[in-house]
Amino acid sequence: MDLDPEDLFRDDDDDPENEFYQERDYGKEMVVYLVDASPKMFNSVSISEDQKEESHFHIAVSCISQSLKTQIINRSYDEVAICFFNTREKKNLQDLNGVFVFNVPEREYLDRPTAMLVKEFACIEETFMKEIGSQYGIISGSRENSLYNAVWVAQALLRKGSAKTVDKRILLFTDEDDPFGSITGATKKDMIRTTLQRAKDAQDLGISIELLPLSRKDEEFNVSLLYADLIGLEGNTLTQFITSAGEKLEDMKDQLRKRMFKKRKIKRITFSIADGISIEVNTYALIRPTLPGTITWLDSVTNLPLKTERSFICADTGALVQEPAKRFQSYKSENIKFSSEELAEIKRVSTGHLRLLGFKPLSCLKDYHNLRPSTFIFPSDEEIIGSTCTFIALHRSMLRLRRYAIAFYGSSTHSQMVALVAQDEITNSSGQVEPPGMHMIYLPYSDDIRPIEEQFMDANSMTPRATDDQIKKATALLKRVDLKDFSVCQFANPALQRHYAILQALALDEDEMPELNDETIPDEQGMSRQGVVNALEEFKVSVYGENYDQEEADSITAKTEASKKRKATAENAAKESANYDWAELAENGKLSYLTVVELKRYLTAHNLPVSGKKDDLIGRILNHLGKK
Amino acid sequence: MIVLDVLQNRKATVFVQRIGTRDLRLDTSGGICCATVWWNSACEISDTDNELTNEVGGYEHVVVLVHCRVVDGEIIETLQKLPRGTVPGDFLDAIVVGMDMMIKKFGPTSKGKKRLCLITNAQDPIKEPYEGKKEDQVDTIAAQMNAHGMKLESIIVRGRLSLDADKGIMDENDFLLNRFSKKTCAKTVYVESPTSLLGAIRTRNIAPVSIFRGDLELSPKMKIKVWVYKKTSEEKFPTLKKYSDKAPPTDKFATHEIKVDYEYKRVEDPTKVVPPEQRIKGYRYGPQVVPISPAEWDAVKFKPEKSVKLLGFTNASNIMRHYYMKDVSIFIAEPGNAKATLAISALVRAMKEMNKVAILRCVFKQGQSNVVVGALTPNPSNLENIPDSFYFNVLPFAEDVREFQFPSFSNFPPSLQPNERQQEAADNLVMRLDLAPPGKEEALQPDFTPNPVLERFYRVLELKSKKPDAHVPALDQTLNRITEPDSELLSQNKQVIGEFSKQFELKENPKIKKSSRRLWSEKSLSSHMNEVEGAGDVSDNQAVLSIKSESSGKVDKVGNLTPVEDFEAMMARRDSAEWVNKAIKDMKNLIFDLVENSYEGNTYQKALNCLLALRKGCILEQEPKQFNDFLLHLCKFCSEKYLSSFCKFLASKQMMLISKTEAADSDVTDEEARSFLVKTEPALE
Repeated sequence: MDLDPEDLFRDDDDDPENEFYQERDYGKEMVVYLVDASPKMFNSVSISEDQKEESHFHIAVSCISQSLKTQIINRSYDEVAICFFNTREKKNLQDLNGVFVFNVPEREYLDRPTAMLVKEFACIEETFMKEIGSQYGIISGSRENSLYNAVWVAQALLRKGSAKTVDKRILLFTDEDDPFGSITGATKKDMIRTTLQRAKDAQDLGISIELLPLSRKDEEFNVSLLYADLIGLEGNTLTQFITSAGEKLEDMKDQLRKRMFKKRKIKRITFSIADGISIEVNTYALIRPTLPGTITWLDSVTNLPLKTERSFICADTGALVQEPAKRFQSYKSENIKFSSEELAEIKRVSTGHLRLLGFKPLSCLKDYHNLRPSTFIFPSDEEIIGSTCTFIALHRSMLRLRRYAIAFYGSSTHSQMVALVAQDEITNSSGQVEPPGMHMIYLPYSDDIRPIEEQFMDANSMTPRATDDQIKKATALLKRVDLKDFSVCQFANPALQRHYAILQALALDEDEMPELNDETIPDEQGMSRQGVVNALEEFKVSVYGENYDQEEADSITAKTEASKKRKATAENAAKESANYDWAELAENGKLSYLTVVELKRYLTAHNLPVSGKKDDLIGRILNHLGKK
Repeated sequence: MIVLDVLQNRKATVFVQRIGTRDLRLDTSGGICCATVWWNSACEISDTDNELTNEVGGYEHVVVLVHCRVVDGEIIETLQKLPRGTVPGDFLDAIVVGMDMMIKKFGPTSKGKKRLCLITNAQDPIKEPYEGKKEDQVDTIAAQMNAHGMKLESIIVRGRLSLDADKGIMDENDFLLNRFSKKTCAKTVYVESPTSLLGAIRTRNIAPVSIFRGDLELSPKMKIKVWVYKKTSEEKFPTLKKYSDKAPPTDKFATHEIKVDYEYKRVEDPTKVVPPEQRIKGYRYGPQVVPISPAEWDAVKFKPEKSVKLLGFTNASNIMRHYYMKDVSIFIAEPGNAKATLAISALVRAMKEMNKVAILRCVFKQGQSNVVVGALTPNPSNLENIPDSFYFNVLPFAEDVREFQFPSFSNFPPSLQPNERQQEAADNLVMRLDLAPPGKEEALQPDFTPNPVLERFYRVLELKSKKPDAHVPALDQTLNRITEPDSELLSQNKQVIGEFSKQFELKENPKIKKSSRRLWSEKSLSSHMNEVEGAGDVSDNQAVLSIKSESSGKVDKVGNLTPVEDFEAMMARRDSAEWVNKAIKDMKNLIFDLVENSYEGNTYQKALNCLLALRKGCILEQEPKQFNDFLLHLCKFCSEKYLSSFCKFLASKQMMLISKTEAADSDVTDEEARSFLVKTEPALE
């Protein structure tokens, strides 16, 4: 078994949630972006709906640029190469025509993305024509085959690393479904054969080739002409490979973006439905908080990385000890010892899989039944044939009968009762919005739920309830301030965006800090529309009464009076405290001769807290005087 | 204060364990007082033993078992020996006795912290009071409780056994207990199973701490004063201290604690120790690490203002349940602020009616590093003295969502789609395996389901305090109901389950037989769990890998029966680098044997398959030389030993050396790779 080097340093007491949120990838990924740069790619695509005109080349490049930016933060160990084909200039190790590998200094062709690469690539379009140039690579009368060359270059780039530990992918962006269309006769046949063979060789080496077709509204990208064979689509997979003719550019971008993601499962688990009936499902983390990248501690003098060493010291003898295998908990004023095996045994309340306990109507799942982000499950027939069929049947029944399943998800560190909620597929013009499958929702136990409502139970009287009229006013307000097409996750995380932007600026030694707008700020313009303002005002009057603002203002003045009083005492105290030479008292350790009242004068005068015991007060004064 | 009905003896012990051990954890900090009053006693000596009877008389069959004091081991033992009562008792009497004890002990102090927990089946009749009606008696008691700031929590246990009880009496008792809820701070819950009883008892009441007090801004002009609390928060497994056995056994005051010391050293020069304050945080940006001092970071980082603002309302259907990200908060109107309560109430009711949710942007604390965007869902209260409130769930940001694409179920081939009868069997299963049947308790409600791991830990703790070398016992019946399906429910629905398993044929995929041993059937799993005990980290992502390698780890040589599979399995072994070499060596020997022992080429196909597997393996492992040398050697050997038909066979199958393009370490060009057979066998071509 492979030992994860990071694992060695992990404390076994680490918060299991960390493990939960961390996406442990099986290995790193190497990607070669292969972008068609033929003149056709540069024709701007105008689509009547949006006025913008963009070329396919622009779409491809901006998608890659976007993905590089996420990658450098989240998966910076993955390696990428960007390679254009059908170019005028050539730059590649094999010196093949029509293929240009884009790169920046201090970086190999296939390497981790650097800040420089991200920056240079973001503005590649400005320099592309001058420095790289576009030109058809496959023309009749010549035996040049730029597609063949491109696959060969990509394959050669991906030669390093073992295919078992590294995910190797070629992502091919093109809008030409029939690259050999201009060629005829035996030459064409031959070129197709060699190209397919080249692709097959690459796949035999464990490299997957994925096609990201860019289509036009009027002509659909016909995969079956060449690419179905090239990327090895057949039968079912072919029908699933839908290339919906882009109706909107945005949709096409969306589709590209989604396809560029490698679908990673967390793990494969067994879902046991009843005795003797177990199916196989894969779990996926579709929703997990994205955290700013990990922190590396550096020596501030040299900026060199530091490593942390941990040593265990026996508190009784001061001896250096090995990491102990025993833990203890004090109980009834005794130390009860546990070995790690015993603790593991206690935590293992169920065997490591998902076990169905029964079904309930959806209304039983309350809004407060939540602790962590959900996990998506999708069936797989890889090991147990028939799993998909069984899963689909249950999925349909649960949707139709509006029920969810309760199951127990056992694991060695974090066993949990879960709800399995069936989700039907939802699609729109940009493709799949919600995939079909089940979402596993982690349920709280009674230990995790707090009876807050009861804490505010009023024993003597009934709590005020809104009248029908007030509810009607509220309803009118709801109708006014309606976010019609609100979609979850439409906002970018402002803190994270800023974090990335700052890092990028610093990494590239840029002086100016970028300004980013916070999308989560309320729409003030919308809120100040007359209709909304009126509805708000009516609601306010109906629940608060006419003169609420006046009353509030009054109570604030009352408060300021209180604060005036406080101010007066502070002034008084300052006067009083001026009678003492605090510095000298502190110097000679004579503060303890004073009374608490006297000590408090100093604290009040300097706006410090006056709580605590006498020693605390003295400590605070010393602190404030800078004597400690 | 616990008021216990001992007719429920069996269940009571379960509960006693829970209350005892949980609170004992707090014994060092002290403060929790526990007294137990029990009644329905059958013990002849102490049938009636309480101060109130001694003073004024009349409260029969009520025994004070333990007087108010901090929980200790003795209480647990006393409770565990609790005998079963036989005489029906009066729960009102018990409440009065309990209340009296609390008043005597604490007087008017600790308002709001005094809690009476009544556990009863409420099946036995209440005596007629000397004057007035039973309701009046309840009202008097309730008034007393209010005056002393006491809370009542009644847990009514009605299992399936209660069916033969007198309906009239039960209804009257329920009515009386509900009257408490109306007149005082009382909560009544009904439970049916020991598991829910265990979950229903709150052993530790955490004093709630608000996470926000301030304005909920609908607009700059319209604000509502609210307080925000956590509604759910995960109760973590306790962190145990590390134990040191270095102190001499005679040292009675040894703490046995271990201190952990951290030292920071340069990666390049481990002899240099850097003091903690000389460290600076570096953030990774690609291969670069960007050092940023806290001051610098402070100057540029995102600094939102403390506020809670409305972004708008939207249809509840726009917010799918699985987008909830975290534990849940609750928004209530500022306590005592009638206007705010009204405003919240109006919004809650309107949103409930229209099926809407509110989207908020929240910064609960000044200096918080980020904003949260979340959905406010209405939580109307159905009790008159509990105010309406909202639940708040955090929603993901765009960066938090991974839009993986999955195939549509409808696009699957018919063989993967359930037919009509299968669908019917699934429908029946979903309907009949019902955890919330009408008229019965909803089983496994989160509010009444204890955490089995914590529960087990505290039980083992108690056990070990008596017997330090005790083993961890298996889960008992009560906790098993949480981790495993209810056997009663299963046996009731035997037919439905039988039909379901008949309709769906599940079988192992023969192609990957070796690794599919994993977790497939219950039996192999449990035996497997024993094998990997200790290291059995099944939750870990690596588990899949580890178990796979465990099972394929059985292969330690390339056999003659399934050479290709054996070879691949050995190459896949990661426990030692040696396996790759051994696999290659074994495979070479086998191929030689096959070719050498062939009779008119009968083993050539098999040898070719092996050779192809070897070739692929050598490319994957970047060992081209091993293969190339072997292939050249083999061909030489064959041509010398009159086995050139094999070379011809290889040529016809286009066997190639491994070229430089396939594996960087190879020194063979593409051309050479393709033509090596031509060179070695010119005569045959």
